[in-house]
Amino acid sequence: MTAIVQDDVDEKRRRVLLIATAAAGAALGGATAVPFLASWLPSARALAAGAPVDADISRIEPGQQVTFEWRGKPVWVLRRTPEMLDQLPKHDGVLVDPQSNDSDQPAYAKNPTRSIKPEVLVAVGVCTHLGCSPTLKKEIGAASDMGADWPGGYYCPCHNSRFDLAARVFKGSPAPKNLVIPPHRYVSDALVVIGEDTKGA
Amino acid sequence: MAVLNKPPVTGAGRFNGVLTWVDQRFPLVRMWNEQLAQYYAPKNFNFWYYFGSLALLVLVIQITSGIFLTMNYKPDAASAFASVEYIMRDVPGGWFIRYVHSTGASMFFVCVYLHMVRGLMYGSYRKPRELIWIFGVMIYLALMGEAFFGYLLPWGQMSYWGAQVIINLFGTIPFIGEPLAIWIRGDYNVSDATLNRFFALHVIALPLVLLGLVAAHLTALHEVGSSNPDGVEIYDDIDPASGHPRDGIPMHPYYTIKDLLGVAVFLIVFASIVFFTPEMGGYFLEANNFIPADPLKTPPHIAPVWYFTPFYAMLRAIPPMFQSQFPGVAVMGAATMILFLVPWLDRGRVKSIRYRGPKYKAWFTIFVISFLLLGYLGVEPTTVWGEFSKGLPIVGGDYIALWVARVLTVFYFGFFLLMPWYTANDREKPQPKRVVW
Repeated sequence: MTAIVQDDVDEKRRRVLLIATAAAGAALGGATAVPFLASWLPSARALAAGAPVDADISRIEPGQQVTFEWRGKPVWVLRRTPEMLDQLPKHDGVLVDPQSNDSDQPAYAKNPTRSIKPEVLVAVGVCTHLGCSPTLKKEIGAASDMGADWPGGYYCPCHNSRFDLAARVFKGSPAPKNLVIPPHRYVSDALVVIGEDTKGA
Repeated sequence: MAVLNKPPVTGAGRFNGVLTWVDQRFPLVRMWNEQLAQYYAPKNFNFWYYFGSLALLVLVIQITSGIFLTMNYKPDAASAFASVEYIMRDVPGGWFIRYVHSTGASMFFVCVYLHMVRGLMYGSYRKPRELIWIFGVMIYLALMGEAFFGYLLPWGQMSYWGAQVIINLFGTIPFIGEPLAIWIRGDYNVSDATLNRFFALHVIALPLVLLGLVAAHLTALHEVGSSNPDGVEIYDDIDPASGHPRDGIPMHPYYTIKDLLGVAVFLIVFASIVFFTPEMGGYFLEANNFIPADPLKTPPHIAPVWYFTPFYAMLRAIPPMFQSQFPGVAVMGAATMILFLVPWLDRGRVKSIRYRGPKYKAWFTIFVISFLLLGYLGVEPTTVWGEFSKGLPIVGGDYIALWVARVLTVFYFGFFLLMPWYTANDREKPQPKRVVW
């Protein structure tokens, strides 16, 4: 056995080895964290649940709204009455984004009614502020208890964001953008597929 | 075996033998003396000094009741709500265990908030106790996380939508927000995956972090010794005859007995809540949480539990800027993080509010009032105080409560950010050499 003599210790070499070992250990430790962190991502099952949903809209009366579930989120289908549609162009001046330039919707829904068919609004019912689901206040005027000038729309109970019946946000709301219009296509007048783009669009 | 040359244990009667045996293999006597029998604390502790030991008591209550709740609770979105109702109705004594746990959550924050106010009033964070304060703020943050994760578990409407809003706060962070929110949820919405991981974090991860931090908090405290209502350093005045501080008394038996009185009074209050008003008028358990979570329908009025409402009011008070809600989130985060800086913001020559000048006293009063009022506003809808004259069409005027919250938010931050100035040139009274009592 050789005794270690302090004078023979190469401090520089020892430090290099120490740093190299520590770096290798840190890299391996960091790499081990990857699968643990990745386990928090949506699982294959959660991803599969994002499949499109068939919505039968044939029995929705004018003025009525039905909520469907797509990717765990509420998707509203509102059949707007002619009176509701009449209101839509009248308040562009008090909307944050009347042309929906900074909002999320498929190209075929980037129009004043934000829909494929003017009377049928399909929108993700999740407030763009912090994710609550707004309430439909469809009455026009004081009957809505939203004030005499209320043109019909949606009201978010969490932080008082207000949207019109084309899901466009009014100025002064905490929500920064219009509600999201999901990809959707008509198979027939009665059947809408939510989550699938209109072909050729 | 290296048997240490320790004297045998005395004074424990018939247990002297067994304790001597243990002490030769484990630092029993040393730990007892360092932490209790020979730990000298200032003799002028007052009412405010109960809340540290009471917070520790609540921690024990929460861990014990929590362990028993997990024996019947099911962390599964399909059965979580029903399993809580099962605990409430069918498990013998289940209602008691659950109400102890839900009451404990709120009482934890009562104790911690009073403990923190104590620290601010008497300058307990000042040199050399900065690390005690920092560990304490970390405990506070871990406790907020623990409360948030736990609140999702009953899977009621408030659980669900509260978690939805809070996770979406992270979604507002520029660039990484949306992927980060999905990563936290493990899904595109709050779902079973979210519930499952929150359960894991609530029952094991954060309790371990909390216990570690509490150990660090107490270790740092016993290293430098406790402060007191006068802010006098008792270790600067050691009695040469005894070798102990003139103004100190041993933790045990003096303060252990005092704290036991506090425990007794506290448990009377605690038990009264558990037995007579466990929902505390909707402040400890919200009515909407007795409705199962419905991902498609938000309750008409959502508010967080009372201990989060001051920060929630700040979040609501900040309008969106640059088409983003992030500024509000940043302000809310800053409101908690700024606590870390307090030891370095305070330039006063005295520690205790007893000897502070009028400027500090005025700011401290403003701070306390702001925090309480923000807490009240966070519980109520923003419409609570009506609106100004009709400003914008359709949306209406600005809400009065919103503007009050904005002013109070400025005051809250003013207390901290202006501290280096108003403490530096305040008309302070001289701090005494010995404690007054």
